[in-house]
Amino acid sequence: MERPLDSAVKLENLPEEIAGRWPDQVQVYLDPQNGLCLMECEASVLMEVCSYLFSKQGFSFASLVVEEEHAEFSLRYIFYLENGQVHILHQISKTKARVPSISHLVHAADWHEREAEDLFGLVFEGHPRLGDFVLHEEWSEGVNPMRAGFDPSKPYVHREVNPYWRPVRIVQAPGAFMMPIGPIYSDFAESAHFLLETVGEDVIRTIPRFFYKYRGVEKIAEGRRADEVLLLAERFSGISAFAHSLAFCQAVEEISKVEVPPRAKALRIFFAELERLRHHVSSIASICGSTALAVATSQASIIEEELLRLCCAVTGHRYLFGLNTPGGVTMDFNNEVLQNLADTVQGLFKKLDDLKQMLRLSSSFLDRLEEVGIVSLESAASYGLVGPIARASGINRDLRRVLPYSGYEKVEFIIPCEQEGDGYARLRVLFSEAEQSVNIIRQVASSLSSGPTISPPFEVTPGAALGWAEAPKGATFHWVRTGEDGRVVRYRVTPPSFTNWHGFHLAAENFAFQDFPIIMATFGLSNAESDR
Amino acid sequence: MSNWVLKGLQTGIKTTSYPGREEVASGVSPGLPVGKKEPGGEAISLISRCPTHAIRQMGQQILVDYRRCINCFRCVRGVQEALDWNSGYEWAAYMRTNDGTTPWLEKVFGRSLHILFVDGGACGACISELEQLNKPFYNIHRLGFFITPTPRKADILLIAGPITDHMRLPIQKAFDGMPTPKRVMAIGSCALSGGIFGPSFASEEGVQKLIPVDVGVPGCPPPPLAIIHGLLLAVSRKSPASLISFGSVDGRKNS
Repeated sequence: MERPLDSAVKLENLPEEIAGRWPDQVQVYLDPQNGLCLMECEASVLMEVCSYLFSKQGFSFASLVVEEEHAEFSLRYIFYLENGQVHILHQISKTKARVPSISHLVHAADWHEREAEDLFGLVFEGHPRLGDFVLHEEWSEGVNPMRAGFDPSKPYVHREVNPYWRPVRIVQAPGAFMMPIGPIYSDFAESAHFLLETVGEDVIRTIPRFFYKYRGVEKIAEGRRADEVLLLAERFSGISAFAHSLAFCQAVEEISKVEVPPRAKALRIFFAELERLRHHVSSIASICGSTALAVATSQASIIEEELLRLCCAVTGHRYLFGLNTPGGVTMDFNNEVLQNLADTVQGLFKKLDDLKQMLRLSSSFLDRLEEVGIVSLESAASYGLVGPIARASGINRDLRRVLPYSGYEKVEFIIPCEQEGDGYARLRVLFSEAEQSVNIIRQVASSLSSGPTISPPFEVTPGAALGWAEAPKGATFHWVRTGEDGRVVRYRVTPPSFTNWHGFHLAAENFAFQDFPIIMATFGLSNAESDR
Repeated sequence: MSNWVLKGLQTGIKTTSYPGREEVASGVSPGLPVGKKEPGGEAISLISRCPTHAIRQMGQQILVDYRRCINCFRCVRGVQEALDWNSGYEWAAYMRTNDGTTPWLEKVFGRSLHILFVDGGACGACISELEQLNKPFYNIHRLGFFITPTPRKADILLIAGPITDHMRLPIQKAFDGMPTPKRVMAIGSCALSGGIFGPSFASEEGVQKLIPVDVGVPGCPPPPLAIIHGLLLAVSRKSPASLISFGSVDGRKNS
């Protein structure tokens, strides 16, 4: 299945197309300046319209945003393609709270619907598997923390758990059993639970159970000031703090119509790429670690720590906390310092490239990665996977190119893409992207304009906007709505790990037990980011 | 394979000389605010600027509660009168005083301490810093510290994150499954105070609400050297710092 970037329909022709197909059921409003197309859609054709965009026109699914208004739930299905977004709006009354499920046609929306069912109590008609997703068995049915009446400030009193409760088992064969892994396992693993359905040596399928790290970020953000929510955006996933805070800041800037100074935009690109580089080096180290190649793990780890130290020496923080703020960045830097940093990074990249050449020639290493954890192009497209994982399966889509932000349209870079979709393809994408990040860092460092790094102070106005960024793990979308007093009313985060964990089971099917850590490492996803 | 061996040898030793000698490389620690001994009028306004209420006034001084500080730099950036800054990393402190009935671990485990790490909803930065402990720059094996994946073999439980509601039971079970004598170490502001997440419907107000904590390591995230200091403190090979600037919780002077 080919998913070309320049699809048959351009955004400006979309109203005509839609009006031709569904003249009465869909209202279309085009905002060509912002590349935004709003569609109000009736329940009877919701599924068809979404499927038309996703399957026929090659739009990617970004997020499902549920917002509670006075007597209604407002659902916003966000799709995007090159330089354009489509928001499909659908309203349902609170008393009914039922909506047709789109996930059997737009499979990328599957987990979004499950999440909305759990947290808002919406019923998605036709969805095969609702319940037991974000909230685990301790939570009574009918408790929906994202609803307006729910008090987030104090612990919720749980029900008694039925000791005989077991997760659903799919494989029914003689001798079949479930091998549980987690939530506490391995050395420094994040809390997550995997049920490996097996008949012995081979694992037939994997059922992940997540949200052990659910901190209710979206709920506790409500009622906080934008500068307080910024801390949540930065700290719900510390290893991609800069990308997430950037997406959040861009949403707030869009709401308040604040122009970010050019120097601040350039600095944001600089540090976003520095974060991506550090993240990818760290992922490469864990892939080497998963195959027990000790020297390679150490070599990558040395580069990682050197990058962490560089970040800290220049910005004051090893993970770039406290740098982004709505309106720009909180610090200015001497151009010479940034130039030196770019040169040092180039030197570190040389070491990384040496490592890549050595790994390429280590057959015992390649044997562990090749043809392991394969995700096909068709599956990756239907699950709407993002980031390096999607690009290793042949989906050449990157928000820096598709919906350029913060001045990425002026930067030259290529988007590395591989076709095999196996562990080795994902490793190669990581190496190539690290190389591109180094190139971008050098470009930005040599062409920095002078000027302020932050806009004049401003009040956050009421409104709503979508902010996005290509985080190290893939596309992240932050939907922010602010109220009359400038406080956040609704904050919806769609992080890349959430999108990609959905497709993890594709790679973790029919494999031998010893490949599990390798599949995990080549996916390189974060539960903190996914669970929020 | 021989070229890997050669590569390893060529790289030489990268490991820090801490705790033998102080680590002086730049970028090993983001530091923490110290407060101010004689603050001007401007510095007082920083108290309301702090998003986690870590800064407070006591007498003439401005103090910082390190259990709450999340390294947001709002008390030093974009302000007229910044707080003083501590660029060190020896921040770990005892969270309870030793009443003499339970010996600290040094006699038995001083050079063989087995560590179980449990993630109580950490954002990933604390975990990333913990991962560095096993990597060339910090390498805690040389100090006799070992990571174990099972509570049955663990002497000390390391916890990062605010303790999410869903991790309460697993953490309680892991703690109960450890043989005595056992110790608990809370890593990072979330584990010490709930950070920006707790208390709420989904997170606790730190580890101490669930199980007793012996050693706390402040920071967001605490750099690897601060965590090493915490481990050394747990086996009494280092002396404690204070969790509140200009003085300590149990009245000891800041070292």
